[in-house]
Amino acid sequence: MVPLSMYLLVAAGMFCIGVYGVLARRNAVAILMSVELMLSAVNINLIGFWRYGAPLQIAGQVFSAFVFVIAAAEASVGLAIIISIYRNRRSVTVEDVNLLKG
Amino acid sequence: MQATCVDVIETLAPCLTAGGLDPGIAQFLSILIGVALVGLFPLVLVILLIWLERKIAARVQDRWGPNRVGPFGLFQNLADAVKLIIKEDITPAGADRLIYNLAPIVAVLSTILIWAAVPFSPVHIGADLGIGLLYFVAVSSIGTLSVMMAGWASNNKYALLGSFRVVAQLVSYEIPLVLALLVPVLLTGSMGMQDLVRAQQGMWFIVPGFVSAVIFYISNLAETGRAPFDMIEAESELVAGYNIEYSGMKFGLFMANEFMHAFTANLLFSVIFLGGWSGPLANQVPVLGFVWLMVKTFIVYIPSLILRATIPRVRIDQMMSFNWKFLVPIAIVNVIMIAFLLQIIKAIGWLPEPGNTNFFAHVPMAIILLVGNLALIAAVVTMLRNAGRRERQAEPVPASDDERAIVAVH
Amino acid sequence: MLELNVQTIAFLIFAILSLGGALGVVTSRNLIHGALYLIVSLFGGAGFFVLLSAPFIAVVQVLVYIGAIAILIIFAVMLTRSMTGMRELFNRQWWLSAIVGILLFLLLAIAVILPVWGANGSKPNLPVADQVATTQDLGVALVDGNQYVLPFEVASLLLTGAMIGAIVIARDTED
Repeated sequence: MVPLSMYLLVAAGMFCIGVYGVLARRNAVAILMSVELMLSAVNINLIGFWRYGAPLQIAGQVFSAFVFVIAAAEASVGLAIIISIYRNRRSVTVEDVNLLKG
Repeated sequence: MQATCVDVIETLAPCLTAGGLDPGIAQFLSILIGVALVGLFPLVLVILLIWLERKIAARVQDRWGPNRVGPFGLFQNLADAVKLIIKEDITPAGADRLIYNLAPIVAVLSTILIWAAVPFSPVHIGADLGIGLLYFVAVSSIGTLSVMMAGWASNNKYALLGSFRVVAQLVSYEIPLVLALLVPVLLTGSMGMQDLVRAQQGMWFIVPGFVSAVIFYISNLAETGRAPFDMIEAESELVAGYNIEYSGMKFGLFMANEFMHAFTANLLFSVIFLGGWSGPLANQVPVLGFVWLMVKTFIVYIPSLILRATIPRVRIDQMMSFNWKFLVPIAIVNVIMIAFLLQIIKAIGWLPEPGNTNFFAHVPMAIILLVGNLALIAAVVTMLRNAGRRERQAEPVPASDDERAIVAVH
Repeated sequence: MLELNVQTIAFLIFAILSLGGALGVVTSRNLIHGALYLIVSLFGGAGFFVLLSAPFIAVVQVLVYIGAIAILIIFAVMLTRSMTGMRELFNRQWWLSAIVGILLFLLLAIAVILPVWGANGSKPNLPVADQVATTQDLGVALVDGNQYVLPFEVASLLLTGAMIGAIVIARDTED
C-alpha cells in the first residue's frame, strides 16, 4: 500500500492550491470553487487517517459524511448570495462589493 | 484444454495461466476482455432497440414502419448509422471545441458505466460492489453534466435554454428515484446488486414494493427523457433543445445514448423489482439467467415504447409540480410506511430469514406489505378525487362592479 | 520507496487528476473551464477514497459534489456572466497569496507530515489492517442512540435551513 505520508502530501497540496485560489481570485464564484477544493482536501485527509489509524471505528467515515453535508449547505447558500449580489450590483467581482468600506 | 476452461468467460484467467502466461498479465487480459464484452453489448443492442421502437411506433400509428432495407427493415439502422458517419463534421463558430466534442462521449460513458455493476447471472457480474445501487444513481448524475456541457458549448441561446430545462428535470426526478430505491434496500438489508437479486428468490420485490416500483418506473421515464417527459428532445419545440448544433455521428451518439439509457433503466427495473436473473433453471445453467434477464427487460421496455406513441407531452411546469407536489411526498410516505410495516412483521415473527427461497414462506409478509401499498394508493386516489370535486364545485368568482353596472343598465 | 504495482499506479493517476484539476481551477480564465477542472479534481478525490477502502464515501462524493454542487456552480457561472468579460484574473496581492500558499505547504510538509509519518519519522510504516468498518456500520452509527444520531439530526436541520435560506435569498422578488 502507498504510505500514509503520500496521501497527506497530496491533500496538503490541494489545500494550499485552494488557499491560493481563495486569496488571489477576484471572481466570487471562483473563490467558492477554491473553497470546495479545500473541503475535498480535508476529506482526503480524514479518510486517510481513518484507514491507517483506526479502520475498525466508523467515526472517520461519519466525520467525512458530515463534511459533505456542510459543503453542500455552504455551497448552496453561498451561490444564492452571489446571485443576489449580481442582481443588485451587476458584478460578481468581490472588489466591487465595497459599500461598507470607509 | 482442461475441464475448467469450458466456461471461458468465468475462468479465462486460470485458463491462460494454465497455458503458461504470467498470472498478473492473465488477470489483466481477462479483465480487459470482460470490459470489452460488457461495454460493446449495449452499443450493439441499440441497433435492435431503435428498430423495435420505430416498428412499434409505426404500428400504433397504423403504418408499416421501415420495411425496405433488409428483411422487415432490420438493416435500416445500419443504413442510418452509415449515413451519420459519412456526414460532414461541423463545429459551430465560437463553440468551445473541447467541451463540444466531449459532451456526447460523457453521455454515452455514463450509460455504459452502469452495465459494469449489473448482475447478469448467478456467477457473471462485472464488479459486485457493496454499494451497487448507489453507484447506479451516482453514475446517472454524470449524464446531467453532459447535457449541461452540450448546451453551453454550442454557443447558442436556444441550446442553453433547452439544457437548463433538461438539467432541472433530471436533477428533480433523481429524488423520487432514490427514495423509491430505499424500499428494496430495506427489504434486502444491503445495497449490493447480487444480494438484491438473491433476496428476491422467495418473492419478487414488485409485490411487497408495488408503489415504489411504480414511482421508480415513472422516475426512470423522466430521467431518461422518454414520453411523456420528453421535453429533452422535444423536436417540435425549442428547435430540438440542447443538441441543435450537433450533426453527424455526435448527434448519432446522443440518439444512441437515449435509447441505451432507456434500456439500461428498464434493465435495472427488472433487476431490482422483477428478480433479475432468477427463473427456472437459472441456478444450474448460468447463461439461462442472462436470457431470463433480457426477457424481463423487454417485457418492461415495450410498454414504454407504446407509451411514447400514445401519450402527449407534459409541459415543463406541469412536470415540475408533478414531481415536487405529488411524487416526492408519496415516495417519502411510502418509505416510512414500509419501514413501519417491516418492523411490525419482524415483531410478529413472519419475516423469513435471509436465504430462504421458499415462496410460501414469504407470502404472509408480502400480503401485509401489498395491503399497505394498496392502502396508500387508495388514500392518494381518494385525496385526488376530493380535490377534483372541490375544484368542480367551487363558487364562481363574483363579477366586478363594472360588469354589474353594465348588466344593470341593460 | 514505492514499489511499482497497480495500487501505486492508480494512486499516481488520481494524484495527477486531483492536483492538475486544482491548478486548473485557480488559473482558468474561463469559469466554465474552471468548473470542469473542479469536476476532474473531485473525480481524483473519489478515486482516492476507493483506494482507501471507503467506497460509500467515494460514491457520495460523485453523487453530491459532482452531480449536484458542480452543476450548481455551473448554473451560477452562467447566470452571473459579466458583460465586459474578465479583465484581470488575480487581484493585486496575488504574489503574496502565492507566497502564503507555498509557505503553508512547506510548513505542513516539513514540520508536520514528514517528521511523523515520513520515511525517517516516528511512525514510518503504519500497518494497513485487513478488516475495515463496513458501510453497514456507517448506517448503524448514524441512527444509533449511543453514537451519531444527534449530529445526524442536526445536520438534516442544517440542510433544511440552508435550502429554505437559499430559496428565499435567490428568489426573484415580484413587485
